[in-house]
Amino acid sequence: MTVLQEPTVGPELARAQGMTDEEYERLKKILGREPSYTELGITSALWSEHCSYKSSKIYLKEFPTEGPHVLEGPGENAGVVDIGYGWVAVFKMESHNHPSFIEPYQGSMTGVGGILRDVFTMGARPIACMDSLRFGEIDAPRMRFLIDGVVRGIGDYGNCVGIPTVGGETGFHRSYNGNILVNAFALGVARRDRVFHARASGPGNPVLYAGSRTGRDGIHGATMASESFDAESEHKRPTVQVGDPFTEKILLEACLDAMRTGAVVAIQDMGAAGLTSSSFEMAGRGGMGMRLDLDKVPLREAGLTPYEMMLSESQERMVLVAKRGREEEVVKVFRRWGLQVAAIGEVTNTGRAVLVWHGETVADMPVLPLTQEAPVYRRPAEPPADMAERQRPPEVPLPADPMGDLRRLLATPELASKQWIWRQYDHTVRTNTVSGPGGDAAVLLLKGTPSGLAMTSDVNPVYCYLDPRRGGMQAVAEAVRNLACVGAEPVGLTDCLNFGNPERPEITWQFREVIRGMTEACRALGAPVISGNVSFYNETEGRSIHPTPTVGMVGVIPDLRHLPEAHFLAAEDRILLLGNASGPGELGGSAYLRLLHDVEQGLPPAVDLAAEARLAALLRRLVAEGLIHTAHDLSEGGLAIALVEACFGRLLGAEVSVPLSSVDLFSETQGRAIVAARPFTLEKLLRAAEEAGVPALPIGVVGGSDLVIRTDGETLRSPVADLHEIWSTALPKALGL
Amino acid sequence: MRCGVVVFPGSNCDHDVYHVLKHVLDQEVSFLWHDEETLKGAELVVLPGGFAYGDYLRAGAMAALSPVMAAVKRHAEAGGLVLGICNGFQVLLEAKLLPGAMRRNQGLRFLCQDVYLKTERNDLPFTRDLAVGQVLRLPIAHAEGNYEDSAEHLDALEAARQVVFRYVQPDGSPAIGGEGDEWNPNGAARAIAGIVNAGGNVLGLMPHPERCAEEILGNTDGLKIFQSSVQFGAKVAMSGYGGRR
Repeated sequence: MTVLQEPTVGPELARAQGMTDEEYERLKKILGREPSYTELGITSALWSEHCSYKSSKIYLKEFPTEGPHVLEGPGENAGVVDIGYGWVAVFKMESHNHPSFIEPYQGSMTGVGGILRDVFTMGARPIACMDSLRFGEIDAPRMRFLIDGVVRGIGDYGNCVGIPTVGGETGFHRSYNGNILVNAFALGVARRDRVFHARASGPGNPVLYAGSRTGRDGIHGATMASESFDAESEHKRPTVQVGDPFTEKILLEACLDAMRTGAVVAIQDMGAAGLTSSSFEMAGRGGMGMRLDLDKVPLREAGLTPYEMMLSESQERMVLVAKRGREEEVVKVFRRWGLQVAAIGEVTNTGRAVLVWHGETVADMPVLPLTQEAPVYRRPAEPPADMAERQRPPEVPLPADPMGDLRRLLATPELASKQWIWRQYDHTVRTNTVSGPGGDAAVLLLKGTPSGLAMTSDVNPVYCYLDPRRGGMQAVAEAVRNLACVGAEPVGLTDCLNFGNPERPEITWQFREVIRGMTEACRALGAPVISGNVSFYNETEGRSIHPTPTVGMVGVIPDLRHLPEAHFLAAEDRILLLGNASGPGELGGSAYLRLLHDVEQGLPPAVDLAAEARLAALLRRLVAEGLIHTAHDLSEGGLAIALVEACFGRLLGAEVSVPLSSVDLFSETQGRAIVAARPFTLEKLLRAAEEAGVPALPIGVVGGSDLVIRTDGETLRSPVADLHEIWSTALPKALGL
Repeated sequence: MRCGVVVFPGSNCDHDVYHVLKHVLDQEVSFLWHDEETLKGAELVVLPGGFAYGDYLRAGAMAALSPVMAAVKRHAEAGGLVLGICNGFQVLLEAKLLPGAMRRNQGLRFLCQDVYLKTERNDLPFTRDLAVGQVLRLPIAHAEGNYEDSAEHLDALEAARQVVFRYVQPDGSPAIGGEGDEWNPNGAARAIAGIVNAGGNVLGLMPHPERCAEEILGNTDGLKIFQSSVQFGAKVAMSGYGGRR
C-alpha cells in the first residue's frame, strides 16, 4: 500500500493555497479540528473567488432575475427561459481569461468545452456559441501568438463538437496587453419538461462518473484563476487544462441519450475544481451527503493522491446520480459511446461528504457549511483617484478630412472586419443559422416552429472605464438594440463580469457601479439576468484591465418571414435615422477620439433607458410587420461607421444628408439605428415612429456604387468598393498575414 | 427511397442530413451505427460530415476501418448509391472507394464560407436535376479539403469524366488558383471539389449540400443533389431494378 507523503497542514500551507488566516480559522471551526491535507485543498478550491463569488455575491443580488419567461435563474449550471412551443432555451457565458493568457490554444479550447457542458448538463442540446474576445495591442509582446492560439482553440473545439460559432465580438485595447479576455457563450434548447438539474437526491442512489479519465492537469486551476498575474505566471502553465473536443462530442451525445433512459436523477459536469465542486454542489443543492470511494475513480495514470483526484480539472468529465437499481441502463449508454463510466459512490442523508481511499477516510466534511457558509466579503469601495480627470470634457479635434478619418477608422483592428477570425469557425453546422457572424445579432431557426432565436454579446470597456455605471447600462441597452434590429424581444441575459483585483477599493467600486447600471437597464428594458460569471484578478503587476462586463443576450423572434438584414438590400430604398438625430454630439470615450487621437477621456454618451425601450419596441414592430429591408444599430464609430457597414453587405452605395457637422458623424449618441425600406413604405414608417414616440429623420437613398454623406458644409464621398477593401483586409494585414 | 445516414462517433452533420432527407424530402431514413455490419436495407447511404473518431490521425483514416464501412463497400460494389459529404468524402478516400487524398487547406486554417461549384456531369444519379455547367453556391467547413493526386492520376480522373464538381468564380469562370484564391480557397488540385467513382454510384464532395436545402436558410442549391439522388432511387424501384442488398 502506498504511504501518503503529505505536507503538514497549518495556516502557512493554507496561505500558500490562497486562503486567508481568517478563512483557515473558519474552516477549523466548521470541522471542529485541523483539516487533513485533502480537506484543505478542497476548501481552498471551494472558497476561491472563482468558485465562491465571495467578493461579488452581495452585489450580484441586485440583479433582477425574474421575468415572464424565466424558469431558472442563476444558481444552476445555466439559466433556463421559456421560448414557446414547448421549448426552453438554456444559456450561459463564462470566462476563461487566465488559462488563455498562459496557454491560449488549450485555454480557449477548454473555455468552449466548459460552457458547452454547462448547457448540456441541463439536458439541452447546444445549438450555438459566441465568443467575446479582448486582446491587447497587436504589437504588444506575445499578442499575435495569443490571438492565433485563441482563435485556433475556439475553432478546433467548436468545429469538432459540431456547434456553430455564430458571432461574438473582438476588441483590442492596451489595457489587455497583460491579461486578455476570452468569454465563451453557449446556447442550447430542450423540451420544457426535459430539463435536468444538479440536485442530488435519494439516499442510496449510486453516484456515477463518466467521461475522460482523471489526470494531473489543471490542479488548482480555480485558485490560479483567483490570483493576479506576475512575472512568474509562465510557471502556472501546468494549471491549465487540456481539451479533447472529440470526447466532448461523444460525451454530449451519451449524456443526452442517458437522460432519455429516465434513470438519471441528477447530473453535473466537472468544471472548475473538478470532482470537488461537482460532488459538493450536487450534494449541497439537494441537502444531501455523499460518500465517494476514490479507488473507483478512473485514472489516467496510477498513483494520483486523493488531493490530486479531488482537485484535478481534467476535462470532459461528468458526475451523475442514477436511480438505484437502474444504474446499469445509464452505464450501458456510456459504454456504447466508448466512454469510461464507473460507480464511485452513493448519495447519503448524513449531509456530509465522506471520501474514502485505500480503506481510509481522507476527508469527512459537512457539505452545507462549506458551500453555503463560504466567506462573503463586502470589500471597501472607492472611486479611482483620477475619476474627475478621466471625465473632464475632452478637447475634440475637428476632422480636417472626414472621409480620410473614416478610412483610417475602418483600417483599425477594432473596427475592421473580423471575417479573418470567424471564417475559421464553422458557423453553419446544425443548419439553424439564418444569420451568422457579422450582423447586429445572430439569428437561429427553432426548427418546427415559425419563430427564431437571436443572440448577441456586447460591452464597451472604454465607456466602463470612464463611467462604470453608464458603461454597464450601455452594454445592456446595446444588446437590446441589437436584438431589436432583427425583431427579437429579450428573454434573458447572461453576463461575464471581467474586472481587476477586488481587494483594491477602486475595482470593487467599478464593479458595484457597473452592476448598478446594468441593473437599472435590465429593469427598464425587460431583460432579467438568468446566469453569469465573475472574473476578478484580471491584472498584471498591479495594472488592471478596463472593467469589462460582457453582456450576452438571447431573444425570441416570433416570425422569421420578414427578417431584415444589417445591410442595404435594394437601390431606391429610403434610409431613416431613428432616435436622437440632431442633438449635440457625444464624443467622450468614442472610437473617433480613442483610435484617431489617442484620447480616452470625458463622459461616455448618456443612456436614456425610456428612449431605448421605445426604439426597441418600434424596431420590433417594423420587423414584425415586414416594413423594412435593413436595420442596423449605431454604436462604435457612430453614424459614419453604421452607414458604411450597411453598404458593405452587397457593395451598394448610398447618398445621405444629415443636419450635423462632420465630426458628429462619429458621435456615439445612444438609442439610434438606421433602417431602410422601399420608397412607398416611408409614410408608414414615419407614422409608426411617431406613434412609438421615436424621432425619425429621412436621411437619404440607397443606390449607386459610392457612399456620399453631406453634412453641414461638407461632402464626403468614396467608392464603397475602396472602403470595403480597406475594411476587409485590415485585420490580416495588422496580424502580418 | 430508403436512406441510411452513417453515424461514426464524432459525426456532427448526421442530424442535418437526416433532417433534409426526412423532413424536407419526406424519405424513409435511419441512422446506421458505426459498428453495425448491415445497412438495414438502405438504398442510398450517406456518410455525413464531422470528425469521425476525432480525426486525430488523418481525417477519415480510422473510420475507413469501421465495421459499417465493410458493408458500405459491399453496397458500393453492388452498384448501390453512396454519397460522402466533407468528412464522408475523406472517409471514402481513405476506404479507397474513391481515388486521391486530402491535404490540409492551403494556409493551414479551417475555412467556413460559401464557394461556387460548376457541375460537370448530369448523367449521374446525384446530379440528374442539374444542368451541365450549372453553378451552385454551397458552404464549405473543413480544414482538410485540399484534394491531391499525382498528375497522371488526375489526368486519368479527368479523362474518365470522374470530376463532378469544380470550384469556380461566381460567374462560372475558372478559379484563379494559388495562395489567397477566394474561389478555390483550400487549394484543391485542378479546383476539384467533388468526384465520382468509375461506376458512377459513389460521389464524394467537400461542400455541404445539406446546409443549403431550405428556403428559410436563404439558399436551396444543395437540395438539388439530394432530390436527384432520391428521384433516381424512386425510378429504380419502379423499374424493379436494384432493391435490397
